[in-house]
Amino acid sequence: MTDPTTKTGETGALNQPYDGAPSSTAFLDVRDLKVHFPTEDGLVKSVDGLSFTLEKGRTLGIVGESGSGKSVTSLGIMGLHRVGQYGRQRARISGEIWLDGKELLSADEDEVRRLRGREIAMIFQDPLSAMHPYFTVGKQISEAYRVHHKVDKKAARKRAVELLDRVGIPEPHKRFDSYPHEFSGGMRQRAMIAMALVNNPELLIADEPTTALDVTVQAQILDLIRDLQKEFGSAVIMITHDLGVVAEMADELLVMYGGRCVERGTAEKVFYEPRHPYTWGLLGSMPRIDREQTERLIPVKGSPPSLINIPSGCAFNPRCPYADVPKGNVTRTVRPELTAQDDTGQDGTRHWSACHMSQEERTRIWTEEIAPKL
Amino acid sequence: MTDTKKTDPAVTLPAQATDSPEPLLKVTGLTKHFPITKGLLRRQSGAVKAVDGLDFDVRRGETLGVVGESGCGKSTMGRLITRLLEPTGGTIEFEGKDITHLGVAGMRPLRRDVQMIFQDPYGSLNPRHTVGTIVSAPFKLQNVTPEGGLKAEVQRLLSLVGLNPEHYNRYPHEFSGGQRQRIGIARALALKPKLVVADEPVSALDVSIQAQVVNLLDDLQQELGLTYVIIAHDLSVIRHVSDRIAVMYLGKIVELADNKSLYGEPMHPYTTALMSAVPVPDPRRRGAKSGRILLKGDVPSPISPPSGCRFHTRCWKATQICATQEPPLLALKAGHQVACHHPENAPDQAPDDKPLPGASDAVTTATD
Repeated sequence: MTDPTTKTGETGALNQPYDGAPSSTAFLDVRDLKVHFPTEDGLVKSVDGLSFTLEKGRTLGIVGESGSGKSVTSLGIMGLHRVGQYGRQRARISGEIWLDGKELLSADEDEVRRLRGREIAMIFQDPLSAMHPYFTVGKQISEAYRVHHKVDKKAARKRAVELLDRVGIPEPHKRFDSYPHEFSGGMRQRAMIAMALVNNPELLIADEPTTALDVTVQAQILDLIRDLQKEFGSAVIMITHDLGVVAEMADELLVMYGGRCVERGTAEKVFYEPRHPYTWGLLGSMPRIDREQTERLIPVKGSPPSLINIPSGCAFNPRCPYADVPKGNVTRTVRPELTAQDDTGQDGTRHWSACHMSQEERTRIWTEEIAPKL
Repeated sequence: MTDTKKTDPAVTLPAQATDSPEPLLKVTGLTKHFPITKGLLRRQSGAVKAVDGLDFDVRRGETLGVVGESGCGKSTMGRLITRLLEPTGGTIEFEGKDITHLGVAGMRPLRRDVQMIFQDPYGSLNPRHTVGTIVSAPFKLQNVTPEGGLKAEVQRLLSLVGLNPEHYNRYPHEFSGGQRQRIGIARALALKPKLVVADEPVSALDVSIQAQVVNLLDDLQQELGLTYVIIAHDLSVIRHVSDRIAVMYLGKIVELADNKSLYGEPMHPYTTALMSAVPVPDPRRRGAKSGRILLKGDVPSPISPPSGCRFHTRCWKATQICATQEPPLLALKAGHQVACHHPENAPDQAPDDKPLPGASDAVTTATD
């Protein structure tokens, strides 16, 4: 499972159990990732078989509701579920995460620690709780640099000031010595981006990076992330519940529901030819600033499933308005697998969805019943 | 009855459309300053000017949307018009009656008519009370016995907001966020209020649940003839729910207009900037947003707001007059009021003024 030598093409084993296939050429290749948390009430299956690939310089948007497993996925890639306090196993993780030819889940803790912060960095939602209140912003940024580089304090300070300047903090020399509480929300988020980028990471995971911010500040931060990605060529995973944000940022989109991917494809395909009823629901639920008041929103009925008792079969079945559409000889208790559509996106990214309805049926429903109402 | 109060010279009262008779709620020069105290004697050293002179009406049966960034005073405004906070100045009239300084007892009969829906469906319900107790509390407080008995009425309310009436004896923790918000709505509607003030009613909810609650509010308005003041930071939600919209910046209304007019032809530069900052859920638009305005920096502190027009420090159209003279909220078009010396989509109010140095650097226009 750690032999990265033989390589095959992309999209080998989506949502398939690990079958001994060797690593792929993709920069990031997540295969059948499962993150389960044992609790008193039962096993919480936060992520239950997720696979995707991501190339450098590309942005993948992961969307889904709270509890769909978006953040747990990102923490899994960062290796933050590995060992809990006092060496207690916090989560049960299985699957494979290949980053640049290295498998992360089977790697030892030291190896992961070397990668974390240097090759994989993360921007969290709430900078106030992600930064240490006792230390100055500058110290925290330069520390992140010194952990991975053998440099003296002076050089680290220079690097931190350079980064603070790059993310648009005025007077970075002075601000280096400020504490996080002395920064405004937007500046704190900038400082955290500086901290994440101080080691030029190749993979940047942004978990709801702008959710706590006002729109005008959000626009500044999104712009900054986009510029920095162009400059550093990193791969970016953007986790958000805001479809507007992913439409602006993401090249590819992954829609999560109940711990699994229900649809994946280029942003263009997922927005214009969505193939999963849940994606339709998300698009119909969204009030739009770019259109005049439409009659009504088309919400998804019911609420998201409990991750302890994920419905058997398709997790979306209890909320699906098309649950009663005949689906041939498919049994309801069988989980639909992700299958690729015949058509491919402009850049060769295939369009995947997991639904028991036939592709023709879904194309018909979307074009005839849903799209005209949006 | 409060004509004597119309004294603030900086604010020209809007030329109201005469076809609407008496507004349900009329707010004139409303201010709220929170004192900042210093030292042992707690001497006042300044004030947070959270709300600093608001004038607006809420008409019967309409939805007034109030939008702005955090710290612009929109929530304080909501708490003032529901009289959960004591105003520092100005007047609030509800159905022609001055309620600005009514005491707790004086407000009690009015509490039936003005209700509030809160943002946090977790914090606004008492975890130790059952849903039945929560929704029946307004009846008990007001000594009202509904027709057919209390329990039947509460169950009717629960089914009205889309909850199972049999869940009468459950506790809030047994419900999801969206369901809790429905409980809050049922409680607010219990006494058949005339005005419902909703402070960020959907911002804590997931998109699919948010749509359910937005539709519910819409249905209830149709059914019960409610008047809403909906406070939110999300311009897309506000566009969807409102008939008229007030845009706030640093304690002031900078623009107040009909939905169509505001989103179609925004006049205040701040409104324009705010709208262009909202990410559009359409990947094909990504290439086509050159001309997008990106404001720099943060909102100034409401403790010492900028002189003149409060937006002049971040405005790319600012001129000398903006720094010295506060623009009045004027109706430049029927149903469209704006407080700006240099509005967009309307004639310039001070055309020959010299630009402020640095104003043109106040924004960047994204070109990619």
